[in-house]
Amino acid sequence: MKKEKKMTLTLPVEEYAGSGNLACQGCGAGLAMRYFLKAMGPRTVLCIPACCWAVIDGPYPHSSLSVPIYHCAFEAAASTATGVKAGLEMVGDDKTTVVAWAGDGGTFDIGLQALSGAAERNDDILYVCYDNEAYMNTGIQRSSATPYGAWTTTTPVKFFKNQPKKDINAIMAAHRIPYQATASISYPEDLFKKAKKAKGVKGTRFLHIYAPCPTGWKSRPEDAVKLGRMVIQNCIFPLYEIEYGEKYTLNIKVKDKKPINDYLKLQGRFRHLKPDDIQIMQEEVDRNWARLLKKCEAS
Amino acid sequence: MPKKKDAKKIVFQSADEMPMMPMSIGSMLYNKTGSWRNIRPEIRLEDCIQCGICWKFCPDMSIGIENELPVVDYDYCKGCGICAEECPVKCIVMVEERK
Ligand SMILES: Cc1ncc(C[n+]2csc(CCOP(=O)(O)OP(=O)(O)O)c2C)c(N)n1
Ligand code: SF4
Ligand code: SF4
Ligand SMILES: [Mg+2]
Repeated sequence: MKKEKKMTLTLPVEEYAGSGNLACQGCGAGLAMRYFLKAMGPRTVLCIPACCWAVIDGPYPHSSLSVPIYHCAFEAAASTATGVKAGLEMVGDDKTTVVAWAGDGGTFDIGLQALSGAAERNDDILYVCYDNEAYMNTGIQRSSATPYGAWTTTTPVKFFKNQPKKDINAIMAAHRIPYQATASISYPEDLFKKAKKAKGVKGTRFLHIYAPCPTGWKSRPEDAVKLGRMVIQNCIFPLYEIEYGEKYTLNIKVKDKKPINDYLKLQGRFRHLKPDDIQIMQEEVDRNWARLLKKCEAS
Repeated sequence: MPKKKDAKKIVFQSADEMPMMPMSIGSMLYNKTGSWRNIRPEIRLEDCIQCGICWKFCPDMSIGIENELPVVDYDYCKGCGICAEECPVKCIVMVEERK
C-alpha cells in the first residue's frame, strides 16, 4: 500500500531506548525513559539506583539503553551523579550531561537527603524522578508519593493509605534550584521540551515525571497513557515549571476541571474507596490546585 | 542503536572473557518479548491517517515506520494494547494470539 502523505512525527525518530527490555506491558516508566533520552541524545550518563529501571534495562552484560548507566545504591542517586560529574570535569569533559534517574521511593523517601545535599550545593546534575507512586520493584509497598486512599501491599484495603502525597516540588522549590518541572508520559512533546530545556541549564535541575504502572495500580496496560492524561485534566498532577524556586509557569491551564472519579475507577488500587473517601481526595486535589494557581498568579 | 543482527545473548565461558570493567557490551535484542503477548495488534492500513500516534506511544519501540506507514515488530511487541487504545480512528484491533 502507498499513501501520498508523510507520517506525522512530533518527536525525533532517533531511539536511545531499545526493545527487548524487561518492563511490564504498558509500563509508563519505559515511555518516560524513551522520551527523555530522545531529548538528551547520546552524550548522557545515567545514574540509576535500585528501582524498576535498574531491572528494566536488562542483566549484565546487556543493556537496552544506548547510553552508559552507573548502577548505584538506593539512597545515592544524587550523590553518585555529583561524583560522576566531578570525575568528568577532572578529565576535561564538560559536554556530557549527568543524570540521576530514580523512582519515587528513591527520591521522596530514601534518596531525599542526597538530593537535598546536591540541590543545596547546586551541583550541575539533572535529577529525574519517574513517579509510579509506590515501591514497585519490590512488590508495591507504599511510599510518601503514594496518594491518599491507595491500596498497596503495606496499606491493605482495610488500612488504605491515610496520608496525602508529599509535595516534592515544593521541597525542591525551597532549594531555589534554577529549573524544575513536572511532566507526564501522556504529553511527550511537553516532556521532550522540558528535558531539552533542563539540559541547557547549569546547576541542579529536577524533573518529576508521572509514570503509570499497570502492575502496581491494578489497571489495564492499555490505559496507561489515558491515566497519564486524566491526571492533567482533573488537576491531580498539573504540568508546571518553577525557576529559582520563585517563578511559576503553568503549562496547561485547565478550564473545565474534571472530577477525579473516572480516573479512580480505572484502577484497582482505589476500588475499595467509599464516596466519603473520594470526597476527601477531591478536596485535597482542589486545595492543591487553588494553591498552585495562586503561586502562578503571584509570579 | 544496536541493530537486529546484534540480537545474540552474550555468555562468558570463563572469567578471562569478561571485560576488565563490568560494563554492558550487548543490547537486549536477544530477548524476544513478543513471546509475552496474549493479544496482538493488527493495523488496518487502509484506514490509517498516518498521525504517528501509535508510533509515539508504544512503550516498547515496537512500531516502526516503513513507506510512511506504521509496522508492528512482532518480535518485541508485548501486546499492551496502548496503540489500539490511542489510535484516533481505531484502525488498530487487538486479536487473540493462537498457538
Ligand atoms: C538500602 C536499600 N533498601 C532497600 C532496597 C530494596 N529495594 C530495591 S528497589 C526498591 C523500591 C524502589 O522503589 P522506587 O524508588 O519507587 O522505584 P520503582 O521500583 O517503583 O520504580 C527497594 C525497596 C535496596 N535495594 N536498598
Ligand atoms: S512494576 Fe510497574 S513500573 Fe515496574 S516495570 Fe512493571 S509496570 Fe513498570
Ligand atoms: S501492543 Fe503495545 S507493545 Fe505492541 S505495538 Fe502496540 S503499543 Fe507497542
Ligand atoms: Mg516507585
